[in-house]
Formats: sequence, C-alpha cells, structure tokens
Amino acid sequence: MAFKQVTSPHAHSAQSTSKVMQLVIWATVPGILALTWQFGWGSLINVVIASVTALICEAIVVKMRGRSVAFYLSDYSALVTALLLALSLPPLAPWWIIVVGTVFSIVVAKQLYGGLGYNPFNPAMVGYVVLLISFPIQMTTWVAPLALLPEGISHPGLVESLQIVFGSINPVDGVTGATPLDMFKHSSGLLVDQVYEREPLFNLAMFAGAGWEWVNIAFLAGGLILLSNRIFTWHGPLGMLGALALMSVIFYDSGSSTSPGTPMMHLFSGASMFGAFFILTDPVSSAVSNRGRLIYGALIGVLVYIIRAWGNYPDAVAFAVLIANFAAPFIDNYTLPRTYGHTDRRRATEKEES
Amino acid sequence: MNKTWVTPGGVHPPENKLQSVTQGIGQLPIPETLVIPLSQHIGAAAIPCVEVGQSVLKGQVIAKPAGVVSIPMHAPTSGTVSAIEHRPIAHSSGMLAPCIEITSDGADTWIEHEGISDYEHISPTKLVEMVGNAGISGMGGAGFPSAVKLNPGRQRPIDTLIVNATECEPYITADDSAIRERAAEIVEGIKILSAILGHPHHIMIGIEDNKPEAIEALAPHIEGTGISVVVFPTKYPSGGEKQLIYILTGQELPSGKLPADIGMVCINIGTTYAIKRAIIDGEPLVSRVTTVTGDAVGIQRNYDTLIGTPVSHLLSHNKYDQQAGGRVVMGGPMMGFTLPSAEVPIVKTTNCILAPSYAEIPDDEPAQPCIRCGMCAEACPASLLPQQLFWYAQAQDHERLEAHNLFDCIECGACSYVCPSNIPLVQYYRAAKGEIRHAQDEKVKADHARERFEFHKERIEQAEREKEEKRAARREAALKAKANPPAADKTDGASGKKAEAKPSSSAADIIAAAQARAAAKQASPEDQQAKLERTIAATEQRLIVAEEKLAEAIASDSDKQAVFSAAVENTRQKLQQSKTKLAELTA
Repeated sequence: MAFKQVTSPHAHSAQSTSKVMQLVIWATVPGILALTWQFGWGSLINVVIASVTALICEAIVVKMRGRSVAFYLSDYSALVTALLLALSLPPLAPWWIIVVGTVFSIVVAKQLYGGLGYNPFNPAMVGYVVLLISFPIQMTTWVAPLALLPEGISHPGLVESLQIVFGSINPVDGVTGATPLDMFKHSSGLLVDQVYEREPLFNLAMFAGAGWEWVNIAFLAGGLILLSNRIFTWHGPLGMLGALALMSVIFYDSGSSTSPGTPMMHLFSGASMFGAFFILTDPVSSAVSNRGRLIYGALIGVLVYIIRAWGNYPDAVAFAVLIANFAAPFIDNYTLPRTYGHTDRRRATEKEES
Repeated sequence: MNKTWVTPGGVHPPENKLQSVTQGIGQLPIPETLVIPLSQHIGAAAIPCVEVGQSVLKGQVIAKPAGVVSIPMHAPTSGTVSAIEHRPIAHSSGMLAPCIEITSDGADTWIEHEGISDYEHISPTKLVEMVGNAGISGMGGAGFPSAVKLNPGRQRPIDTLIVNATECEPYITADDSAIRERAAEIVEGIKILSAILGHPHHIMIGIEDNKPEAIEALAPHIEGTGISVVVFPTKYPSGGEKQLIYILTGQELPSGKLPADIGMVCINIGTTYAIKRAIIDGEPLVSRVTTVTGDAVGIQRNYDTLIGTPVSHLLSHNKYDQQAGGRVVMGGPMMGFTLPSAEVPIVKTTNCILAPSYAEIPDDEPAQPCIRCGMCAEACPASLLPQQLFWYAQAQDHERLEAHNLFDCIECGACSYVCPSNIPLVQYYRAAKGEIRHAQDEKVKADHARERFEFHKERIEQAEREKEEKRAARREAALKAKANPPAADKTDGASGKKAEAKPSSSAADIIAAAQARAAAKQASPEDQQAKLERTIAATEQRLIVAEEKLAEAIASDSDKQAVFSAAVENTRQKLQQSKTKLAELTA
C-alpha cells in the first residue's frame, strides 16, 4: 500500500481568506444602511458601480498575468476594495469618478504591485486620494443629511439618483451641504458652543453632526462584529481612536473660536469609525505585530487630527493611512514581540542577539 | 491545587479523542515478521550483534548502543533473524534505513530476565545503567535516550521532575488509556525516576482537563507520595516541553538550553511506565501503547503493540478501508507525518497511527496569497511572527529569519492550522532551517579549508626563509674562509672545531646529532614503556572528555557534533596506536 505524502499539520481550521473577506463585506452592511438612510441612494449606487468595475478590472489583469481568473476572483478581495472605496466617495458623485477611482485602486495600487497580499499601500485609499487631488469639486460635494433637507424636499429617488449619477439631470438645490468637519474647518469666529447652538447640522443632532453620527455608530457596530470574530485585534482601531481622542482633548482649547472641534465630533464624524475599523485594519499594508499595530493606529490617529485641525483638507483618513503605510516597515523593525525563551525583544535587522 | 500559567497563542482543533477510548488497551496477534530500525532515537544508530539465521528470544539484545548517546535494541518477540538490511522507516522523508527483520516463531518466549524491587537501595548510576540497557528512549516525540536525560551531571542538580501526560494532539489517546489502566505502575516508575534524580523537590504530572478518567485513576496512587497531578485547560500545543514547563512553573526555558540547565527533567508518562518495567520487572522496551484511529479504520482503539510491528498489520486488523482516505499519519494530525507505505514499522516513539477519511481531513486546497492577517501570530505559542517568517523564508533572507528567531519555532503547526490562506507555513520553516544549517556547515568547511591553505602557505614561506638564511650563512662562511685561509689549515681537528663554532653549517653534523638523539632514546626501553603508559592514561582521559562533549553536543543539538565526533574518533585511534606500540614493546 502506498499512501499520499503531505506535510503536517493535517488538520486545518475552517477559516479561509474568502470567508474573511465575505465577513468584512457583511460587516459594512450597517454602515451602508445608515448611509442610505441618512444620505439617500447615492452610496448604494457607488457600491454597485465600483463592484462591477473592480471585478472586471481584476479579471482582466489576472487574465493578462496568466493566472486562474476564477481562483483569484473567488477570494472576494477586489469586492472589498471596491466596497471600501465606494463607501468613502460622496453619494451621487458622477459615475466616472467611481470608475476612475476603482480602476486606479485595483489596477495600479493592487495588481501592478503583485496582487492580493503584495500591495504596500491601501488600494482603496490610493484610489480615493487620486480622486481627491484630481477632482476636488466632485469629491467635496456631499449630500445633506436627512434632518437638514429643506422643507418639502427629499433625497432623490432611485431612478432620479441614477439620472444624477449618469449626468442626465442635476441635483435640486439644497440637496448638498457642508459636513461637520467642513464647518469647523471654515471657522466662522464662533465659539464651539455657539456653533452647536446655531448650526442646524449640530442642533438637530445628538453630539457629532446630523447624519454623520449615525453613520459612524453603524460602522462602529460593524467593526465590533469583525473584532468579536477575531478578524483583527483591537490594537489598530484602539490606537487610532485613542490617539484621535487624546489629540482632540489636548487641542480642544476649551471651545474657543479657533478650536478644531469637540472630541466627540472628531470621533463620530467624517471617516473616523470607518477608517478605524475598515481601513487601517487592512492587514496587508499595515504593521504586523500587535504592538506595531497599536503604534501604527496611533500614528494614523495623530495624523488625522493634525491634517483636520491644521491642514488643507477637512478630513484626512486617506492621507494619514497612506503616510502610515510608508512607516509600517519601519515600525515593524522595532516592534518584534519577545519570543519564548528570550529575555528581550529583538530588532528585525539585528544580526547578533545582544 | 497547583497554580498554572497560561501560554500565549495556541489553538483548539476538534479533539476527536473519544472514539478510541471506548474499549481498553487491546492486544493484537503477533505479526509474522517484525522490522526493528536501528535508529529509533536521537543519537547514533545501534550496531547489530546478531546474524541472519540466528534464533533470538523475546527481550534478547539484537543491537548494541554505539556510544553514550545511543540505545540498544531488543527482539520484540522470539523467532529468527531473517534479514539485516535497509528498509523504509517512519521518517518524514520516506527514507530507507538499516533494520533487523525478525520472523517470529509464534511462541513469544522471553529471555531470562530479572528485576529488582528495592531500587531505593541501588545507586542511581546503576539504575540509569539499567534504564539504558533496557533500550528506553523518550516515548513522547523526539526519542531522546532516557539514560542520558537522567544523568544531568553533578553541576546541574534537578529540582523539578515534570511528567508529561498532556497528550495535547487531537486523536491520540495512548497516554490517556495507559494511565487509566496502568496508573499504579506509572506512579511506581515516577518514584524510580525520583530516586534516580535524588528526590527532586517538585514532582508534577501535567495533564489536560480533557482526561478526567486518567486524573481520577492517578489520584489514589499519588497520595502521600509528594507527587502532584496538575490539571490545566486543554489547548494545543500545551504538551510541548517548553510550553509545559511554562504552564507548570511559570519559568521559560531559555533559548538553546535544556531543561536540566534550569534544574528540570521533563519526561513522557509512557516512558515512566517503560522505566518501571525495566527496573522492577527487568523487561526491556519491546512494546508500547499505540492508538489506531481515524474514520478510515473500522475499529478505533489502543493496542499494546510490539516495536517493529508493520503498520499494515495494525491497519488490516482494524478494518482499514483504503478507498476512504488518502493518507496514513504516524502521530497526530498536527505534528504527525504521512507514511510512505504500510510496510513501515512501529517504533518506540509511535504513539498513534491515524488513518483519516477524506471527510475528516480533506485533501489540501491550493494556497491563497498571504494577507498578513496575523491569525498565525495570535496562534503561535512561541510569540513568533509566522507571517514575517514566511515572507523571509520565501526570500531566503537568512539573517532576517534568525533575527525573527526562526530556530525557536517548535513546528507545532498552530500557524498553518489557523491560516485562512491555507499556506503550509511549517513546511517553509523546516526548509529554511535546513538551508540555514546547510549554509552554516558550508561556512565551517570553507573556513577550515581557508585556514589550512593559509597554514600551508605560511609553512612553505617559512621553509623558504630558513633555506635562504642557511644559504646566506654558508656564503658568509665561505667568504670568511677565503679571507683567512691559514687559520683553516692550522690543525687536523680544525673541521671538528669549526662545527662546534657554527652548529648550523654542516649537514653531516646535523645527521650525527639526530643519530645521537635516536640512540639516547633507544638506550632506555623502561623509560619508553613508562612514557607510553603515561600517554595511554592521558589519552584515555581525553577520550572520556571528548565523548562527554559529544554527548552534550548531541543533547543540545549543537552544530559542533561533527567536530566532536571527529575528535572522539581521533583520540580513539591515537589510543589504539599507543596500545599497539606498548604491546610491541613489552612483547
């Protein structure tokens, strides 16, 4: 009798990369629902256009690279990238914005570097930054949240939304508006308390801006689902949110007219929760060890705040994540865990143990 | 209740242990032929001391240990030696190795043997010798000769004896069932170990909480013995020596050290039973408990199996269905290796034969790319970064691999088990370790060659320089002789005087001096004999030291093994030469 020769271990857990990716997709559902509820059909249309584009791009490139298309498409990673990019783009953005961004994410940021697992930068954020720099007007026009729509006007319906996205009609006046972060960026000389009192964006909200707080709560919920399924550890998200909270407390400036905003606004507005649980947790482009990921997350938190408070852009998750991607190998070098039986942690480039 | 510590990482694969403990330890008919590999342990292979055609009794020594770190082999049953040749053995590479085949006569007649009951009054050295003579090597995994382990030397007093009953691998129940049925003998064996090691302060049996029957079975026997049974939560790989030491003592075994270096001896519970049989009953190690399990066999059960039993014998007696599964594993599903064929024999370390069905362990799916998700790092019991090791192993970046402590990887397979991309990580680490060891050996060889070459060059230059000096001296002498010729012709004995004045000048003088030295030597045979005797004594001393060093090197798996074994061989040859000379002289 001759037997099959296989190396140990023979047993494997049922987890697979495809399942991990699918779970990430499911975990965005609360966020998608909140976005659709608060900002209309735009985000869902983004998701559909980006997904179709991503799958087509991935299939073409994988085919050109002479690999099995079915095998690589079934890992769902292209869908995740498309989804994350789609959710960061403004609802009702023109279709070609979404297509250009997705093509850039999948073809340049992911496949040209070698495909899944080899990209040094977060593909969705590369696509986002390319769009933000190239098409600033389209990228900074956000739909107004549900609570702020003028009397008698509602978000465009599905058909109307599609017409807007594909450019056959223009959105009605009053459907677009400033975001909470915009509001503090363009300081009106008011104290923070006054802004909260006078601006409907805040006085119609609980703590961090109408609509936005719900979106952030929803992404937080989705993130906690992933955390409880051990898709990632708490280190990255906690590092970022902790650093962001700390920075916004330190520089709150007791709510003066130059204050960059309250800590709650920074945590629950813009892309904070989305970034903390869905963007910086991309394992491929982040630091590897738990300590490394804590530092990596904290770096992103600090950078997000610096750019929001003193930079040119109202939000900064994409820039912060890309800068931290650069720093990840450097962080890795100094954050090796201490191995069993060793007295000290080593450095990745160390030749002799000290 | 003893305090326990929690190791990082670890996984919880399905245990699958219940199916093989529904019945007690069974006994199979004696197979027609048994194949005993000469190397079933760490260290030198045993040397056969029987001939083909010779009849042997059960328990008779058929191969002698080759040196200190080696064990003898015994006939597992009575019969005739039918072959001494290379056969496929239980090795992950599927290689062939020297084996002795015995055709059994079915009578299973024991050789005369006798044990001792009052081991308390026997010197530890004698007990260790008995353990060694019984051919006992660790039965948990690595197969380290027990006698070597039990002789840590006076400079390393043993404070803690750890008996490993963890059996953390799924499916395997060999230790579990042995404890259930043989608790008294096992505890007796532990007491013998305690006597050998000078009664250590702490004696602990480490066992996972998924074996309540075994824990209960041990309880009455350990009362009043000072032995404690320490129960801890089930988690793979708690049974790794390093992990168990940490769980039970909170101490980490420093990298590259042996348990004895921190005053501990860690021994498998199956081995303690073998030690009891060896000392009290005088029986060498000829059988062990082996689990036969997996859905591809009809009967899943433990058997008291003779060493050398072909796996095919176990499979056919347990209704193995070859269509049901593709692989047969020796060991468990985490660290076991697949067998090349069913002709491979059971050895002293074989705790399990696992024949899984395709439903239990399907064929591997193709690996997906590593996304550095870090699940492997969460599972690693040694706090390594398996995902980084994987990248550097692919890149063959040896420096980075060593900086990431590749050699602290115990190859438990927890990382591969959790890997969502199905990457055979452990295989990459094994290959990388092999490459690094190979590169180091090559470097040592290259350094050696370079040194030799440099010495050679130096020697030639030295000889050249000396020649040149002599030439210069002769030229000078000739010039001087020319300058004052009368002085040379003055007397007849001038040449003799000149030689005394310039000792290096004449070749004839050098020869004469050498002859005189040789004559002086020959003149005193008594001196010569005394000198030879001194040399022999000194060489013998050196041989002992060299053998100890070799044993240590093998024990610590040091890369200097080759150097030390060469030294031992050298010393042995010198000793032989001196002895021959002495014999010639005295004859």
